[in-house]
Amino acid sequence: MKGNYDKAFENIIRLRVMSVLMVNEQYDFNSFKELLEVTDGNLASHLKNLENSGYILVEKSFQKRKPLTNYSATKAGKKAFQSHLDFLENLINENKP
Amino acid sequence: MKNPQQELSEIKSMMERSTKFLSLSGLSGIMAGTYALIGAKLIYYWTESSITATSYLADSISGQISRIIWVGIIVLTLSILTAYFLSQKNSRLTSSKIWTPAGKRFLTALFLPVTLGALFCFALLHLGYFELIASTTLLFYGMGLINSSLFTLNDIRHLGFGHVVLGILAAFFPAFGLFFWAIGFGILHILHGSIMYFKYEK
Repeated sequence: MKGNYDKAFENIIRLRVMSVLMVNEQYDFNSFKELLEVTDGNLASHLKNLENSGYILVEKSFQKRKPLTNYSATKAGKKAFQSHLDFLENLINENKP
Repeated sequence: MKNPQQELSEIKSMMERSTKFLSLSGLSGIMAGTYALIGAKLIYYWTESSITATSYLADSISGQISRIIWVGIIVLTLSILTAYFLSQKNSRLTSSKIWTPAGKRFLTALFLPVTLGALFCFALLHLGYFELIASTTLLFYGMGLINSSLFTLNDIRHLGFGHVVLGILAAFFPAFGLFFWAIGFGILHILHGSIMYFKYEK
């Protein structure tokens, strides 16, 4: 079967984060928080998880003296997400009458 | 996990919401169009009355131009304020924030050509090419709309093309500049705003 069901995207927040990073070159922590409407701790732990899988890159900097944390998808992350998408698509096609 | 269809539609909606500014209200288009029509009507009365009164000379023409510029600035300011407040209300309804990366990209894409167009218009005024103002404002605004369509609902593209076509026509028929301006900024906005309102907000 084509594609692979990736456990990293089993969680809905990680799935959403990765969807956003597939179409945005960069996305920062606060914008994620507002878009996904999750708490700091919750979001941070899921981002850490994706980072540890090697799917996203973290880049910390300062903007007007405030810390700014930007995230971007790695090549491996994009590949894994694409494969996850392929899996879902296949699943749908197979279940078609 | 939920079923794959739900998961895919979740992915699609996230991609869309993170790249596109979706809280632009159709009502703000209707309001902006109405302001523009009132402004055009005012300008029409002023210019019409001065054509019949032959005693008006260069002195009053420059006075007239500055009045027309003020009308333009007031129409623009009112439109932006209305769009801002209605979008803020709208974004609360769709639970999407207004000042997002997508919102910033949309505003930059729209207002970069518009600002450059405004500067170009001041150059035209400075050189005395008054007959090209209607065409230039229509063209630059239309290009801004087409440019910004990548970062919002695609429908805005049609509004942009409408303005660009009217801008070209206005360049060839400068005597009807105000007429084309009223059709573009007035009628097209009201039309587009109504379509958006009934399509997405009703």
